[in-house]
Amino acid sequence: MTGSILFLLIIVLGGIAWFFGRVKATRFSATNPKRGTVHSLPNYHGWYVALWAIGPALLFLVIWNIASPALITDAALASPAAEQLPQGQFARGAILAEARSIASGEQVRAFNPLSQSMVEPYKAAISYYQMIGMVAALLLVFACGVFAWLRIKPELRARTKIERVTMMTLLLASLIATITTVGIFASLIFESARFFSMVSPIDFLFGMEWNPKAVAGPRGETGFGAIPLFWGTVFIGAIIAMIVAIPLGLMSAIYLTQYAPPNFRAWMKPILEVLAGVPTVVYGYFAALTVAPALRDFAVSIGISGASSESALAAGVVMGIMIIPFVSSMADDSIAAVPSAMRDGSLAMGATKSETIKKVLIPAALPGVVGGVLLAVSRAIGETMIVVMAAGLAANMTANPFSSVTTVTTQIVQLLTGDQEFDSPKTLAAFALGLVLFIVTLLLNLIALRVVKKYREAYE
Amino acid sequence: MNSAVAFAEERNPTDWQSDAMQKRIRKRYASERRFKALGLGAIVLSAGFLAFLLIVMVGNGLRGFTQTELPVEIDFPAMTGGASPSQFVGANGSANLRSLGVQDIVSTSVQIQYGEQGTELFSAGSWQTVQAAILDNPGIVESRTTLYLPVGSEIDVAYKGDGNASAEKTVEELKDQLSTGFNSNFLFNSDATDPMQVGIWGALKGSLITMFITLIIAFPIGVFSALYLEEYAPKNRFTDLIEVSINNLAAVPSIIFGLLGLAVFLNLFGLPRSAALVGGLTLALMTMPVIVISGRNAIKAVPPSIREAALGIGASQMQVVFHHVLPLALPGILTGTIIGMARALGETAPLLMIGMRAFIATPPGGIVEPATVLPVQIFLWSDEVNRGFVEKTSAAIIVLLLFLLTMNALAIYLRNRFETRW
Repeated sequence: MTGSILFLLIIVLGGIAWFFGRVKATRFSATNPKRGTVHSLPNYHGWYVALWAIGPALLFLVIWNIASPALITDAALASPAAEQLPQGQFARGAILAEARSIASGEQVRAFNPLSQSMVEPYKAAISYYQMIGMVAALLLVFACGVFAWLRIKPELRARTKIERVTMMTLLLASLIATITTVGIFASLIFESARFFSMVSPIDFLFGMEWNPKAVAGPRGETGFGAIPLFWGTVFIGAIIAMIVAIPLGLMSAIYLTQYAPPNFRAWMKPILEVLAGVPTVVYGYFAALTVAPALRDFAVSIGISGASSESALAAGVVMGIMIIPFVSSMADDSIAAVPSAMRDGSLAMGATKSETIKKVLIPAALPGVVGGVLLAVSRAIGETMIVVMAAGLAANMTANPFSSVTTVTTQIVQLLTGDQEFDSPKTLAAFALGLVLFIVTLLLNLIALRVVKKYREAYE
Repeated sequence: MNSAVAFAEERNPTDWQSDAMQKRIRKRYASERRFKALGLGAIVLSAGFLAFLLIVMVGNGLRGFTQTELPVEIDFPAMTGGASPSQFVGANGSANLRSLGVQDIVSTSVQIQYGEQGTELFSAGSWQTVQAAILDNPGIVESRTTLYLPVGSEIDVAYKGDGNASAEKTVEELKDQLSTGFNSNFLFNSDATDPMQVGIWGALKGSLITMFITLIIAFPIGVFSALYLEEYAPKNRFTDLIEVSINNLAAVPSIIFGLLGLAVFLNLFGLPRSAALVGGLTLALMTMPVIVISGRNAIKAVPPSIREAALGIGASQMQVVFHHVLPLALPGILTGTIIGMARALGETAPLLMIGMRAFIATPPGGIVEPATVLPVQIFLWSDEVNRGFVEKTSAAIIVLLLFLLTMNALAIYLRNRFETRW
């Protein structure tokens, strides 16, 4: 809590610094009779002082927060209570970690009596170093603030300096996306590498049996064959969902762009878009509560064996409904991009509207539609909640849509929720699945964008 | 020349009135009508799905806002030994109430009225309703008062429609006394094991805190990135790299962000599990690309003449952007931000990865305390076996959809009201 109070205090001091800087600058720009001798407006001088006051102090606090735990541990180890600690590196570390979390208030009671004895030295060290950090930060605020205030002169190029800082901030902000991408890739690769050191990648990618619960020993694992998961993902996301979404999405787009009166279009387009805005957990609940039981009853009534209350069909159909607006808007865009001369030419030859659409517009728009479908597939296979709630956990290799299959995302959720130790192959397998999912969706997107782009250029 | 004439002579003009031709045209027109009907059918079917989904949710969910009640007459003066209303007013009110032992008073009163097994009719937490009633209006302790208390979950479900056999029988017996009241627990309580006592306030508060963190992180970063990429970035490899990674992030499945949050925020940085802070950070990384992309479009739409005019009267590059371009682009950026936030509000999968699926019975008090959010609460309730949770899940979905609807309506309003077409 002291951390956030200190932070607020520094911000407030920065505000005061801004005020003083501005006052000083206002004074000399008012008394300076000759125009052009003052480089910047008073505001910029204010910001100049404020940034000097806050920046170094915040930087110092960040560094201090990284460095101080090591200093605190050293100080605690130097205390007399530390002499009775065991020499073993591992046992020592565990006791110290426990004492630290008690001293900082995260934990209430110690399991190990030795850690209890270390709590007091820890507390002392923590408050000592916190004090030093606080005093140093506040001193830094004053010193740098006064330094900058003294430097304020009519000819100081405050605006240029402020603009340079702003520019750096903008650049840093835009780097965060890149850092995130790298972070995703690095964390997935890193954890997957640990997984693949325990389970062979060949077994993982081409194994036919998925049963992570049966895995026992640290080596010679079986049951990490991901083919059934890949099949389930493709079956639900790329086959069933697309059988629903492509005809409905495409026909909706055709009707809305070619036939519908403007009024109808203005109402129906947002309504279709609402389908994309409904949270996936709602679709999942809908699939599990309403669609799945209805489909099971239907399957039983027409005598299909192996009908399960968690069926691939229920998850796939509901996912397809979710994807409709996606397919429809991509198809809409690509049909609109077909030059109207082609359409008019066909109509002028006496073709009916539907003949024009089927023989001219769709073939011309096909690359765009295909790109849109690929994007839709990449979305469908990455979708989690619908399949978690409606598709089940049994890793079956079956083409029966009424039976239960499982998908990559379902298994990631399954492996990572509940109790977890971070080094078991069970947990790490989730990252390997995540890596496969990431690479496949990335490739689908790249291909789709390339297809769409190439075809756009052809008409421009 | 010659052959062309010969050809023209050989070929008679098409007789459009002939039967064969008329039949062909009719066929083509019929196919045209079929195609058009097919298109209309596709739209009606898609909209029908939406309507069906909403009807199912509203139909189930509205019952979640009501509860079935039975009247209980409580003889306060006799049971409390003559407590006065003034005891329950002010700072010590709730402490005095706790020492009063409301739970025993309620169960005794119930046993007097409904027999030895009477307490089983009622929800285990029904005495809290009495407690709240006393705090609300201390005057009731001076006399015999009849209060309506929530019944147990099984009877509640049976009274509302489809319960099990024994509960149906009980309902049949008590039919004249049972009534329906507004379930205020649902709006003000948090998660619980008894469906009569659950509420969404804890999850809603968790959602609001998480959204706040997402907003204060994703909005500045998103706007700054958009400004940099549109206004300053030089055309080079480095800029391409940034652009590619933003477009790529927008297409990454949400569960991957959950894996990132787990590996980086929890395991590497050691931030607390289940905390709104981690949820907010994870969702911020997911929302940021949406804000960048919509922000860039909004900035692109500001005409160059504005920039040139500002530069012409001596503004610096930075002043042009912050004094002119950004304010003009702001409505568009805000619209994109609200849409991105609405998406984050409905997101479940990444939050499951970072442990926000724990059973949490108190609303979170801060950003590092264990919290849950609305969609995750819906997911957790949907897993419950107790029939009473079905309507609560749908009711929570109604609340979530109302929030999303409001946000989207706000976005549309902003776009129509403030967006300038140049």
